[in-house]
Amino acid sequence: MSIITIERKVLEKNDELAAQIREKFKRNNIFVINVVSSPGSGKTSLLERTIEELKGKINIAVIEGDVQTDFDAKRVERYDVPVVQIVTNGGCHLEAKLVKDALENIELGKIHFLVIENVGNLVCPAGYDLGEDMKVVLLSTTEGDDKPLKYPKMFINSSILIINKIDLLPYVDCNINNLKNNALSINPKLKIFETSCTTGDGIENWCKWILGKIKK
Amino acid sequence: MHELSVAQNIIEIVKENVPEKDLGKVKTIFLEVGEFSGIISESLQYCFDVIKTDTLLEGSKMEIKKIPFVLLCNECKSETSNNMGIRYCEKCGSNNTKIISGTDMQIINVELE
Repeated sequence: MSIITIERKVLEKNDELAAQIREKFKRNNIFVINVVSSPGSGKTSLLERTIEELKGKINIAVIEGDVQTDFDAKRVERYDVPVVQIVTNGGCHLEAKLVKDALENIELGKIHFLVIENVGNLVCPAGYDLGEDMKVVLLSTTEGDDKPLKYPKMFINSSILIINKIDLLPYVDCNINNLKNNALSINPKLKIFETSCTTGDGIENWCKWILGKIKK
Repeated sequence: MHELSVAQNIIEIVKENVPEKDLGKVKTIFLEVGEFSGIISESLQYCFDVIKTDTLLEGSKMEIKKIPFVLLCNECKSETSNNMGIRYCEKCGSNNTKIISGTDMQIINVELE
């Protein structure tokens, strides 16, 4: 009987690819976010409002991830920014390999800010590094203020929480202070923004923060 | 999560570390799976048993050690554990804590006959 020592993380292949991608982003001085949320929280709407606010100030590129369709890429295309749609055909999250392949279709040299919009899923994307600077988790007021406690891994692994659809607070059973406290109990370092893509509230503040992160 | 693709990853890593001539002798694959790694050990076991069929690893089994979610408190220096992923130290209540285990998934070693 013999033992072969391995001591390797199961997701190391993804982590290695993600590290290569991160190096590429670093060489090109690009600020990169990996936007995650349940389906329908408002990721694409937030992206549209963000592009509207920042276009002309910085160069933005987008990688869209969906199980099926290119609906989201088509929405972003209307703003005349470079966008690549990844269709996973059943895959519940993006992985570094898919992002690496997508990047071959983006001219990174002139880009300041890259948004990777992940597949709508509050579970699986939490575990996959895509080479981003940080994960931004979106949670809308219609989803319930207990979600950070029910999906802790996503909130542990994110640096930013954007509470979206704040215009609907008067109509839904969501206590925004409970939501924030629950999120901070999982990750005390979370920076929190509040937005409404319908009214535009909070968008300027969010975009001002992004501009502060731009590296070139 | 998607334990099937994780089981496939594990088989690939085993194949990279064990010479092909010895793959048939693999008896046990030892894993450590963190409580907050996103993986359900029982599902992983099931998926592994399905995909190892008709391969050189058919005779092998997985042994999984579950690793708890443990915090180190930067204030009182205690190590505490909870099953909710909450960052408050159970001893002193501070949220100035560091996660020291429970979020990873590792292949530790492989036992051959």
